[in-house]
Formats: sequence, C-alpha cells, structure tokens
Amino acid sequence: MLSHYTYFADISCLESLKWGKAPFTICGSMCGIISVIDRSGEPMNGSAIKNALSLMNERGNGEGAGYAVYGAYPDYADYYALHLFYDNLVEPKAIVEQELEKWGTIEVSEMIPTSEQPRLRREHIPWRYFYKPYPKSMGTAATEEDILIHIMNKINTEIPGALLFSTGKNIGIFKASGWPEDVAEFYRIQDYEGYQWLAHNRYPTNTSGWWGGAHPFNLLDWTVVHNGEITSYGTNRRYLESFGYKCTMYTDTEVVAYLTDLLARRHALPLELALKALAPPFWDEIDNMPENERQLNTTIRMAYGSALMNGPFAIVVANSEGIAGITDRIKLRPLVAAEAGERLYISSEEAAIRVMEQDLEHIWMPRAGEPVIGRVR
Amino acid sequence: MAEKISIDAEGLHYTPLNQQIRAAVAAGAKEIVLDNVNGQRFIGNGLRGKDVRITINGVPGGDLGMFMSGPTCIVHANAEHAPGNTMDAGTIYIHGNAGDAVAHSMRGGEVYVKGNIGYRGGIHMKEYQDKKPVLVVGGRTRAFLGEYMAGGLLIVLGRGYTCPVDERGIGTGIHGGEIFIRGEVPEKHLGIGATKKPFTEKERELIRPYIKKYCIEFGIDDPSLFEDEYVRIGPASARPFAGKYTWE
Repeated sequence: MLSHYTYFADISCLESLKWGKAPFTICGSMCGIISVIDRSGEPMNGSAIKNALSLMNERGNGEGAGYAVYGAYPDYADYYALHLFYDNLVEPKAIVEQELEKWGTIEVSEMIPTSEQPRLRREHIPWRYFYKPYPKSMGTAATEEDILIHIMNKINTEIPGALLFSTGKNIGIFKASGWPEDVAEFYRIQDYEGYQWLAHNRYPTNTSGWWGGAHPFNLLDWTVVHNGEITSYGTNRRYLESFGYKCTMYTDTEVVAYLTDLLARRHALPLELALKALAPPFWDEIDNMPENERQLNTTIRMAYGSALMNGPFAIVVANSEGIAGITDRIKLRPLVAAEAGERLYISSEEAAIRVMEQDLEHIWMPRAGEPVIGRVR
Repeated sequence: MAEKISIDAEGLHYTPLNQQIRAAVAAGAKEIVLDNVNGQRFIGNGLRGKDVRITINGVPGGDLGMFMSGPTCIVHANAEHAPGNTMDAGTIYIHGNAGDAVAHSMRGGEVYVKGNIGYRGGIHMKEYQDKKPVLVVGGRTRAFLGEYMAGGLLIVLGRGYTCPVDERGIGTGIHGGEIFIRGEVPEKHLGIGATKKPFTEKERELIRPYIKKYCIEFGIDDPSLFEDEYVRIGPASARPFAGKYTWE
C-alpha cells in the first residue's frame, strides 16, 4: 500500500512551493505557548486563552498566531471538520467540493465567521465543511482517515488557491498572520467552546510568517504547538522516511507531528513512552537507574534513537483524549504547568496562566524532558 | 512627589510601567509599590538609585532588574526567567521560586530566592575588582548550576533537600567564582572544569552575611544554615577549555 503518510508529507512540500514560500520556517527563540484541559470535559470559551496568549505578545512578532479547540463542534461531532483557506470562492472552491463529493458527503459548507481587524490583513478566506467520507469508497482496506489524508494531499498539492489545514472531528484550528488578540477577534474565538485549548504566538526567525505556517499544526486527531528549533530535523526526517513518511514540508514542527503519530498511534506506545523517546535521559543517567528502569530506557533509546529530538524546544501535543507538554532534555525553552481543580494548564509563562486562573493550587516547572500529561477523565 | 508611591500595573505594558517608575525615582520617590503585576518584563531595567525600594505584588516577567544599578526589588510571588540579568548593583528578593537562568551574567549586587530555581542558575556570573555578585537560593536548583561562571558567589541553602542539586553539570566551564551547596553533591554531577575544594572557617565567614540576609528577609530562624557543612565548588583551572580551540 502506498502509505498515506507519503501523501500527507507530499502535500506539505508542494504546499510550500505552491504558496511560493521559502522552504524552511522555524519558530525560533521565543514563541509563546498556552494550553489548558478541563479533565471533567467542562467546556471553556476562548476569551480567557485569548487574553493569556496576548499577555505573551513579547514572545511573538505579529506574524502568526493561532488557536486549537477540542470539542468545538458538538452538533457535528461525528463529522470531520475541515478548515480551509481559499484565495477566492470561485475556482478553487468548486474544484475542492467536487473532490469532496467524490469520496463522501458535505453536510455543511459555510464561511468561517470572521470580523475585520484593522491590523490584520485578510490574505485568505477561511471556510469550513462538516464532512463524512463514504465507507469503502477507496477500497475495502482504506479507513476514513486514509480518505481524509488523500483529500488533504489532493487539495494542498493540486488545487491552487486552497489549503486544508484542520481535519479533526470536533476540532477547530483557527490561525492567521497577526497578533494573538487580532487573530482571536478575527475569528471571534470567544464564541467557541471546548474542553481543551492550545494557543500559539509565533516569532518566526528564519523566514517570514504566513497563514499556513502559523501554529497550531493539525493532522486528524493530533495537534501540535511548538516553541524552538528541532536541530535533529535531518536525522528525524530520514528516520520517518523509512516508515513511509516524506518530510518535505521544510518546517521543523512537522517532524514533531509525524513522530508523535508514528510512536503513539502506529506503534501504539503509551504517550509517556512516546514522549520519552523524543526526549530521553542521557546515557550516564540511564546507567545509574535501577535495573528495570535502566532496561526500559535503554530499550527505548536503542529502538528509537533516531526519533530523539535535539535542539531547544518546548511543545504541547494534544489529541481528543488529552494534552501533553514537554521540553528538550537540557531545558533550553521554558515550560510551566499549573493545576486548579479539574484544569491543567501548560504554558511558556506563569503569568499567562494567571490571566486564565487566579487561584492555582499547584504550580511547577517540569524537569527537562519530563512530560506533563492531562487526560480527559 | 511623595516618598512613597503606588502604581497599579494592571494591564500596563512594561514600557509605560518602567517610565512611571523612572519618573517616580527622578521625582524623589524612595518607596515604590507595584500592584497587580503580571508578566511585565524588564521591570526596573537600568534603573539607578541606591536607596530606592520597589515592591512587586504579582509575578514579574523575565529579566527583572536587568542592568539595574542600586535599587532593591522585593517580589511577593514567583519570578520568571533571568531575574538579575547583568545586574550591576542592588538587591532582588524573591519571596517564591524563580525560573531558568537566574542571575544570568550578573556582575554585581545580590539576588535572594526564597524557594527553588530552574536550570542554569548563575550562568556566567562574573566579578571585577569590588564588583562581586551573589546569588542565594533557599531550596534546590536544576541542572547546569553556575555554568561558565566567571566570578561571584553562588550559595544553595538546600532547605528541605538532602541533595539540593541532584542534576548534572554543576559548574560546567567554571573559571572564576565559587559555588557553595549545603547538602550532598555526588561527584558525577560536577561539570567539566569544576572541582570540590575544602570548606574552611574562612569560607564559612565569607558566606555568613549573605545567609543572614536571607534569613532576615524571609523570616527564617534556622541555625543549621550557619553551622552545617557546605560543599565548596570552584574552578579546577582558570582556563578550563585552554586546549579546546587552540593548540600550542
């Protein structure tokens, strides 16, 4: 089977070429991250996280901000929520819809409500579909996810003027080039509710920002926000290619998304171990561990040596079951976690968390490479 | 202007906040209270004034007191990264914990943290003639403590910990200054260029005044802080990487 991972990766490469972007973008020395989960599943609207992200404006430069919300579309929870950027609503839209109807049904097609912001230049038209693929339409072995990834590939590589960047069920990604509060107001983020939010304020350091390059990055159920640089990108990419992924998107955040997908979904590692593989302890530390732990860590490093991510990073990854934050193993980027009742917060700065919650019961800076995980009960 | 003034920092960006602080100091204020601080970076940056006290109610953003020369800042909360960054003179008291790179490149003055600090505390502290910076940490620190340290004193009281720096790379590349840790320090945690040295009465006297200031500010009465043994760590040589980049 021609792996669908190949498709996905190809999209990205051609995507960046199609959109005329320089091939490598990094979220550099700063960037701001804030995320929250309500473990009881209680929905929160987007107004608080907007203010929290804005507090960290110093970490961005107005060239990219975005929000991910899990639980965004309860009325269409069984449908894939597809978010696209259109350059115009004539040619690309007709071709995209033709492609979607080939493999499934469009339940709803609508412009994502936006409101003009004086500081935000509308470069694209955000559109969304609630979509259900036909079972077996791509052959008996293909899953719904395969169909979605095929569609994503097709749209992002072959349909000029269209970019599909959000494909999860009951998940919405809202992003653009702009400051956090402007992007939030543009999408009226306060009108959305969800049990889990990820937000990112970008400071691109190697190339200019663009709407598609803003975080969060989403692949079906997985979403990633990232502050830092993955300097092991080459090693990680070659490793991923051996599993059929083709990392040609030329953004380092891409490998985080694929590595998580490979380890946690395809290899079915518990999330704790998957993250340990990305940021494992040093060998000398492993040598000093109790026997059981030593063996486990040795095995992970031997099996997943090429999945190790080097360079400075702090990331939060999420799927519909929860969120996880982790830094590189020598702690070259900040990460703070805090708890208040059912809520777990993970952020670049304590002050941002305090914008969302005054009464924090427990606040701490996780050790380098040690994941903080919050799961829906 | 009154000697004591309050500034409500709610929603205020650090630039106007610092402008208000400077204006107050210029007008003769000695006691400045900042309320509702949350995340404002660079508070008191480059500020001069020996007898000025700034009370910070809330979490200050990164680089508190950077280049500051003289004032005293008292934080009634945790602090984020690099308080005391390249500070020249004055004092910072943090009634809580602090983030990574505390006292980063500090060149004078004193920083006291009641609780714990993150990674790379005291990285590249330095000293010159009468300028000798001091960092005192009440609890524990994370890895790479005193990395590339070039001068000054770094004192870890380790309150509540038997091994308060249970992490790698203590004093990696240290070529000046000294680190004192109250508690066990496993040999494997010493970084390249760092070595243990004897802790004598002379050193005990050297660090005593700073421990005393810590106890007074944070209201701690614990004689063992003065009586216990400290592990003294300093540079094994003045040029730990002499042979690394050049060959003779």
